[in-house]
Amino acid sequence: MYSQGLIGADGATEEDEAFLQAFQKRIDAELKIEPNDPMPEGYRKTLVRQMSQHAHSEIIGMQPEGNWITRAPTLRRKAALLAKIQDEGGHGLYLYSASETLGVSREELTDQLLSGAAKYSSIFNYPALTWADIGAIGWLVDGAAIMNQIALCRCSYGPYARAMIRICKEESFHQRQGYEIMIALCNGSDEQKELAQDALNRFWWPSLMMFGPSEGDSVHSSQSMAWKIKRFSNDDLRDKFINATVPQAEYLGLSVPDPDLRWNEQTKSYDHGDIDWEEFWRVVKGDGPCNRERMKNRRRVHREGAWVREAALAHAQKREERKQTSRMAAE
Amino acid sequence: MTDDNSLFDYVIRLADDHLILGQRLGEWCGEAPTLEEDLALANIALDLIGQARSLYDYAATVEGKGRDEDQLAFLRYERDYRNALIAELPNGDFACTITRQFFVAAFMKPFWHAMLNSKDATLAAIAAKALKEVSYHLRHASEWVIRLGDGTEESHRRMVDALDEMSIYTGELFEMDDLSKRMVEQGIGVDAAGLEREWRTTVETVLSEATLKFPEVSHMQTGGRAGRHTEHLGHILSELQYMQRTYPGLTW
Repeated sequence: MYSQGLIGADGATEEDEAFLQAFQKRIDAELKIEPNDPMPEGYRKTLVRQMSQHAHSEIIGMQPEGNWITRAPTLRRKAALLAKIQDEGGHGLYLYSASETLGVSREELTDQLLSGAAKYSSIFNYPALTWADIGAIGWLVDGAAIMNQIALCRCSYGPYARAMIRICKEESFHQRQGYEIMIALCNGSDEQKELAQDALNRFWWPSLMMFGPSEGDSVHSSQSMAWKIKRFSNDDLRDKFINATVPQAEYLGLSVPDPDLRWNEQTKSYDHGDIDWEEFWRVVKGDGPCNRERMKNRRRVHREGAWVREAALAHAQKREERKQTSRMAAE
Repeated sequence: MTDDNSLFDYVIRLADDHLILGQRLGEWCGEAPTLEEDLALANIALDLIGQARSLYDYAATVEGKGRDEDQLAFLRYERDYRNALIAELPNGDFACTITRQFFVAAFMKPFWHAMLNSKDATLAAIAAKALKEVSYHLRHASEWVIRLGDGTEESHRRMVDALDEMSIYTGELFEMDDLSKRMVEQGIGVDAAGLEREWRTTVETVLSEATLKFPEVSHMQTGGRAGRHTEHLGHILSELQYMQRTYPGLTW
């Protein structure tokens, strides 16, 4: 999904050729770039954009799943869902911290999210309507996220790559948890199977869109590839995801809602039907089913929490002042 | 062991306290004032749900009628829930939630500590795990009470309001009815009344650092242990029980 973070990313950079060549040499030698290393401004900007969008996605992504905490069907499911959403928040925190190594503060990034200047993954603008959606989100959405994130574990920027290694471990647990919810549904009653099929129908295409549109010969994308921020094309990752997921759907006894889906013996891969990119762009630009609601919620929570953050700051200041006063008195 | 339903009823009370409070805290998900707090509140909710599960599971064993933790947690009627009223109170603003958690954790910490000596090995084992968790819950809530009380004018005012709202539900925590007394006599339960002094000291120490005071309470509200709840519980149950009631008898 985080390839969406590169949409419109401007890798334009103004350093001289010798600087860029020296940088590229380090990248080609698979050396990790660390926060204090010299780097082209375009590299830094592209990373900030992608990493912060990734962080924002984790935060907004808490909403559709949080919608089901109070209604989870069993105590075990409730505990697992709480733990999962807590992980997502943790990923957000981790990614904001990694972004800060590039000289941008969490406050700035939060402002960009709240003002609408920064985006988050389009998938979280779809509603979680039934309990089966919690299964489908874990299975498909986290499954698609992992495809991207495994590749990102080898990203050239050290702090991002290291964050991804940890995040991937948790995400793969989430994916299994989601799939396990689907298994329970598909082993259950007819109405449970219907819930599962309905969730797959609604989440299949939006999950494929998470990888972003085909790049064709986009200049931005090839720059990101050359800098090894990105290692695979959107289409390659999408195909990997489809190839891994279709057999899982078959195992569940569910049908993937794509009449054109066919195994291609030559490419050893599935051919799939056309993705509705109009829908994708509509959702990215703000007219998905939940865009307004997600942003309204986020802004409300930020506004309602302002007095708490101010109080925490004021208290910390008072403490500091008291400490200094007593230090001065002691001297 | 007891030869009537006392132990089952006693464990159910404790389980309901933790489930309902955990359910309430779960409502904060994605709503907290900072990302760190989102993680902390979810974490505490998770501890409470975990404690509720151990307790329901034990209650089911004690009952021996083939019911499981979920049937006990999800499939009873309003009047059969036995949690203290404070657990079901709405979250309100962050000051309200913190005050509620503070009052409950300041009680549960000495409670679980005393339960370590229970003759009932299962309850003592649950207490050992819960004690570690509630110690963190108390520290977390205490730190916030101090920050908010001794923060800005607004946060102080909100804390005063929250204390006013929540304090009238604290008396119920120390009540000893026949069931609680029987459990203490048998060496299984905890003398809750005996914990009031320690609770008061904890609360007053923290409130004083927070430049706050425990308000005068003219009358303590009560009723949860007898199944007489606030109007809020029915709404909590309508969400909590939604799936189990809509799709009866299925496995999830």
